Amino acid sequence: MLQVSLYRYSPESDEAPRMQDFRVDTAGKDLMVLDVLELVKSQLDSSVAYRRSCREGVCGSDGLNMNGKNGLACITPLSEVVRKGKLVIRPLPGLPVIRDLVVDMTLFYAQYEKVEPYLQNDETPPEIERLQTPEDREKLDGLYECILCACCSTSCPSFWWNPDRFIGPAGLLQSYRFLADSRDTATEERLSKLEDPFSVFRCHGIQNCASVCPKGLNPTKAIGHIKSMLLSNSN
Amino acid sequence: MNVTSFSRSGVSDWILQRASSVIMLAYSLAVASVVIPGTNYEVWSAFMTQVWMRSFSTLALIAMIAHAWIGLWGVLTDYVTVRMLGSLGDRLRFCLLFFMVALLILYLVWGIFIIWGL
Repeated sequence: MLQVSLYRYSPESDEAPRMQDFRVDTAGKDLMVLDVLELVKSQLDSSVAYRRSCREGVCGSDGLNMNGKNGLACITPLSEVVRKGKLVIRPLPGLPVIRDLVVDMTLFYAQYEKVEPYLQNDETPPEIERLQTPEDREKLDGLYECILCACCSTSCPSFWWNPDRFIGPAGLLQSYRFLADSRDTATEERLSKLEDPFSVFRCHGIQNCASVCPKGLNPTKAIGHIKSMLLSNSN
Repeated sequence: MNVTSFSRSGVSDWILQRASSVIMLAYSLAVASVVIPGTNYEVWSAFMTQVWMRSFSTLALIAMIAHAWIGLWGVLTDYVTVRMLGSLGDRLRFCLLFFMVALLILYLVWGIFIIWGL
């Protein structure tokens, strides 16, 4: 039997959030955390709310805080997070809760939108496609794989304190993805929007983002590259 | 919020904070080189009153003030905000920043008087 403690909150009916305990029979299997949530919902309490879709770490819907660490419930095995037979599941920290484990991602997406995450090129488009050398293409590895699950940004204290001003690790990883793209010609404009004391420079390099990323990406490293680009650009 | 930051630019604040820490490290090593082998008033006074050391002390003082301004501005704009404290946040932060800057200017003037023996 696994002791599961779930964060419950329904703003319409509850005055304050509370933790609800469940005992879940995992039949001794090393299930994924999402499987445990499905067991709770199907067998113990159908009112529990959480997001899920692909259940294989591709869609990025079920980012949750499990025993204090953010991750995707669908690809996190119990053996990785359960301590002393107990599992505490909370919503991603720092974002407003809509209900139970479902958070309002508006602030997160607003920051993503700020970095204009699309290719900008003012040259005439070629007949077929804009080509890139294999070396230039390689520079995008470790950047393009982000699925926007928000595990990184919601584990970042700088994003908790200034989610409206600091772009956050997820947005900055995408920002660098286009700064590093040989086909993008808007580098100067992109950099000029990042020079203020908040957008990039609220990152103090504590690397929470890199330690929680379910895809094994390293936003801190990308932010370091952006800082270097800003520095050489302002010289 | 940006108007009260040291240089109003994230890039300059960032590089200034790094440069000032290098200056403070070098200054600490210079002072340690006299203090660690053991010193007395005559040796200490002769060391600190050399013109190059007085200039170095002034530089280190300015570096410390810039470093403190940038660092404390970061702390205050993280924790003393409307988001953290409600409507009082902005006014309280502005008061604390004003107090911080006034104190730093006082330290600068006072420090220069001490360093140059005015």
